[in-house]
Amino acid sequence: MNAFSSSQTVKISVLILSFIVFILSFVLSVALGKTPITFQTAIDAFTHYDGNNKEHVIIMTSRLSRAIIATVVGASLAVAGALMQALTRNPLAAPDIFGINAGALFFIVAAATFFSVDSLVQYMWIGFLGAAIAGGLVYLLGSLGGDGLSPIKIVLAGAAISALFISFTQGMLVIDEQKIQSILFWLAGSVSGRELDMLLSVLPFIAVAGIIALFLGKPVNILMSGDDVAKNLGLNTHLTKVMIGVVVVFLAGGSVAIAGSIGFIGLVVPHIVKGITGPNYLWIIPLSALTGASLLIMADLAARFVIMPQEMPIGVMTAFLGTPFFIYIARKGVTKRG
Amino acid sequence: MDKYVTLRSKTGSFSFQVEKRAALILGGLFLCSLLLFVICTSLGSSYIPPLAVVQQFLGIGEKEYEFILHVLRLPRVTMAYFVGAALGVSGLILQRVIRNPLGSPDIVGVTGGASGGAIVFIVFFMGSVSLRWLPLAAILGAAIATLFIYSLSWKKGVTPIRLILIGIGISALMNAFVTMMIVISETAVTTKAYLWLTGSFYGTNWEDVSLMVPWIVILIPLALLLTGIVNVKELGDDVALGLGVRVQWYRFILIAISVGLAGVAVAFAGGIGFVGLIAPHVARMLLGRSFARLVLGSAMIGGLIVILADTIARTAFLPLDIPAGVFTAGIGAPFFIYLLYRNQQRLKG
Repeated sequence: MNAFSSSQTVKISVLILSFIVFILSFVLSVALGKTPITFQTAIDAFTHYDGNNKEHVIIMTSRLSRAIIATVVGASLAVAGALMQALTRNPLAAPDIFGINAGALFFIVAAATFFSVDSLVQYMWIGFLGAAIAGGLVYLLGSLGGDGLSPIKIVLAGAAISALFISFTQGMLVIDEQKIQSILFWLAGSVSGRELDMLLSVLPFIAVAGIIALFLGKPVNILMSGDDVAKNLGLNTHLTKVMIGVVVVFLAGGSVAIAGSIGFIGLVVPHIVKGITGPNYLWIIPLSALTGASLLIMADLAARFVIMPQEMPIGVMTAFLGTPFFIYIARKGVTKRG
Repeated sequence: MDKYVTLRSKTGSFSFQVEKRAALILGGLFLCSLLLFVICTSLGSSYIPPLAVVQQFLGIGEKEYEFILHVLRLPRVTMAYFVGAALGVSGLILQRVIRNPLGSPDIVGVTGGASGGAIVFIVFFMGSVSLRWLPLAAILGAAIATLFIYSLSWKKGVTPIRLILIGIGISALMNAFVTMMIVISETAVTTKAYLWLTGSFYGTNWEDVSLMVPWIVILIPLALLLTGIVNVKELGDDVALGLGVRVQWYRFILIAISVGLAGVAVAFAGGIGFVGLIAPHVARMLLGRSFARLVLGSAMIGGLIVILADTIARTAFLPLDIPAGVFTAGIGAPFFIYLLYRNQQRLKG
């Protein structure tokens, strides 16, 4: 990497800058929406909350929970994507491309349809299970054969597994037409209409996974120099890989349980961050979390306004933003490792 | 005994050889199609003896079954068969043109484009414009998506890998677009659109069939006519050019046929996935590599797969009518993975 991107002061200022961007987008997300609310009223809602004031209620219930959920989900997906790109050495790796979103989604919708599961904690565990199964399956299929993991094989296997799970999920719509609107919510992804209490039950797991992810920076850096080198440097490569896998499953599976299938954040964010900091995972992981959170908050904000008075599902927004990026990477060539 | 039989018109201007084994297999497939057609029609929420189905078809049936057969089952089974045939041939052509065994209209993003075109029609024009324009909307969507995919994959030529990756990207984009259209439309349209998206033949009537058939009758024979050129092209662009084949032009026509067939299939049946992938492979296992046989074989095998999937879909969970696409995906995804494993050498890089 060049001198500019490796300089420590630059990295610290980038970190501070992305934190400021994050705070700004968070504030905007709370202040702006379908019901126009002045900044003063928004601040009042926090300082002296009045339960009878309709605007205060909107801020504290719907807007705030939305912004917090977008933060958690965006950060989780971005970190999961960064770790997956490192683990598979595949620039196109991301939770949705690996079929993890679709797998978690399928298991959650199946549980909701057939076993009348409806608590978020249960969704979460089922989501973890689905994420682990789909991700494991794709990883296994991608590494079949002599030449090991190839980016192309993984993307194709991921596309097939996703298609399978999505088709099954849509099939369940017919079994229970009553649920069509709520299933649509999962399929399209959304951060609205969820109570903060529900998030709180999932948050501990995501938080623990996130903290572990921060500490994985150094081992991942070593792992990136190749398995053999890493082993010689005294790194337990198997343990590191398993840890990465578990963290990814918790982050991605938890995100789907909270917000349904939201694509492309996990793909795009790590690339943007890597472009700024270079390939150092000590920086990539925290910066991905911040940038992912900001990006998803802004996507959610945009989703409120593009087709007023209706709202665009946020998964649609991220797909519109992310596809050109995916195509750009695909054109650049995916054989390059990193 | 001679392996080949030569068919020649009296003037000798038209002549080709038929391998006996291939002829037998094609004949067998045709018989299978007839048999399965009758069996699938007789199965359902109420069982109708196969003989009565045949009689009904010949116009000497009893009044007792007329409604169920004529209004409910026959159009549905017919449509399923034609949709399967269209997808089979569409996939075959794509696999040839991009020289990749994993080519299939749904994987490369053609189906996604068709869904996009069709959803625009369903949301904005349904009711005000005649249904007969729906296939055209789907084909237009498929053509636009294909154009995008092809030009975005272009970088000093088109490599199959890049084409597939970009196709996956465009598919994701089209899915997002379709979801958006569904969300902004009214609830009544939502349910209908979603059922259609997953690939269902529920409620097919003769009018649909009559709108579908002309496309099939034109496009599949057109593919057959191009046989000689495709077989030459198989040798590679350079050889084909040397033999005087205008490669780019025929590639364009072939892709256009493939897009047209996929678009029509999507317009009437929604996202029946993986048929375009499986049918040509099965056909190749049975029939070798000659294009003309493969067109017929892929069409019939595609048809067989889809009527089978639809019959299971509407009978297995009575009284529920599951979209047939769920079953084709159930068979297709594992098959795709098997292909991935088999063809890994070709996918390097």
